[in-house]
Amino acid sequence: MSTEAIPEVSYVVPDDGHGHLAELRVDPIGLLERVRSECGDVGRFRLADRDVVMVSGAEANEAFFRAPDSTLDQAAAYPFMTPIFGKGVVFDASPEERQQMLKNQALRGDMMRGHATTIEGEIRRMVADWGDEGEIDLLDFFAELTIYTTSSCLIGKPFREELDASFAHHYHDLERGTDAIAYVDAYADIESFRIRDAAREKLVELVQGIIDRRVERGTVPKEERDLLDVLISVGYSADLVTGIFISMMFAGHHTSSGTASWALIEMLRHPETMKDVVAELDDLYADGSEVSFQALRSIPRLEAMLKETLRLHPPLIILLRIVMEEIELAGHTIPVGTMVAASPRVSNRIEEDFPDAELFDPGRYLDPRQEDLVNRWTWIPFGAGKHRCVGSAFAMMQLKAIFSVILRDFEFELAQAPETYRDDVSKMVIQLEQPCRVRYRRRRS
Amino acid sequence: MRVTADLDLCQGHQMCQGEAPDVFGFDEDADQVVVLQENPDESLRPQVAAAVKYCPAMALAVEEPVEES
Repeated sequence: MSTEAIPEVSYVVPDDGHGHLAELRVDPIGLLERVRSECGDVGRFRLADRDVVMVSGAEANEAFFRAPDSTLDQAAAYPFMTPIFGKGVVFDASPEERQQMLKNQALRGDMMRGHATTIEGEIRRMVADWGDEGEIDLLDFFAELTIYTTSSCLIGKPFREELDASFAHHYHDLERGTDAIAYVDAYADIESFRIRDAAREKLVELVQGIIDRRVERGTVPKEERDLLDVLISVGYSADLVTGIFISMMFAGHHTSSGTASWALIEMLRHPETMKDVVAELDDLYADGSEVSFQALRSIPRLEAMLKETLRLHPPLIILLRIVMEEIELAGHTIPVGTMVAASPRVSNRIEEDFPDAELFDPGRYLDPRQEDLVNRWTWIPFGAGKHRCVGSAFAMMQLKAIFSVILRDFEFELAQAPETYRDDVSKMVIQLEQPCRVRYRRRRS
Repeated sequence: MRVTADLDLCQGHQMCQGEAPDVFGFDEDADQVVVLQENPDESLRPQVAAAVKYCPAMALAVEEPVEES
């Protein structure tokens, strides 16, 4: 049994000895799109010494996403994360552990009200020094904001208060250290990996400094403690604590930051959508209600705009697993050891499920179309199944809070030609390519 | 309408209980949703629709019975 019966995608970038890795490092979207256009619902490409079987379409995606961890495992599928988290910090918890975390921890539904208040406060701090008009870089702005929100909500307010822009800067260098060459050697001697390792050391230093100050300060009342105090009390090293914090923040950071940026860009490219969303927010808050209250409630047009942004610009373009027990996908039995993949970027644009799939159309999510619910195995910006992003509700709330604040106080316009805003896809963590600047002007009431 | 919950997908967020408390309960031991009313009254439709829409795990669905002709 082998994967040979599954069609293999063509080569556009010549094989340099590692199969399609060369193309994955320069044009991953082109590669993933070609797998579907050439091979259909199941196709294959070569990644270093492995076959990667990529599925798309509702039926194959459902089989992929429903498979238990004992069949499809994700721990070993992302080797580029290991040097970032550090040894001894796992990539992801099992569904059971995740559920336990959810129950005990920060993402629980009843914690959201507090998070909404925290997030509103962080956004207001970020715009506090804005003048009547000016210009910002979207990546710099949202990457810093989401460092503060994720650290404050997931780790604790006292820890967040120790952070400044330098933490965000080093964290960004970590995210840029995700070159797919890691599938050959995660410690290869290349510049982005050297920067990654230096950035991690800087973060450990910052955390060590915070730990030292906590130890010197001595114990404080229980209500003033956060997760860092707990980890110090059980004797964890600064290196391990840093790894745990990096991993806790990772899933919610570049994803939320990128989505906030693309949402603003898409609204500026589609003024009628911007007008609708601003009118909805003006109306919603006309009675003086609080952002922390409304962000947890239905804001249909804003939500539809965010969902359409996520469909066209999913922060993760490929989701990977390793086959632990043979599995049938799209009529093929896939042997143990094969890497399998689903692609939010490809599935989210399947024409049969999303008519005029390339068009930005927030109307897809309004009644009665509801294209996200109708296509729950192909509308997959948050993944699907048991491993579906546990932070999706948190993420949507955060985005609703961000736009509730900034669109009511400011107007925006593109500072560059609309087509110059694009992603840098040369790393597995995709982020906006700089410059990505917009202008703001304070609204007059 | 018929309400279904896919227990392979439920992650125990408990959002549905906030949206439609008469229709969705929670099994504390299993950490999962319990459908309290499979065929809720039509008057509960807006609440049920919100629960389906805002389920963070996309684990809920409403099926419409095919009317007999």
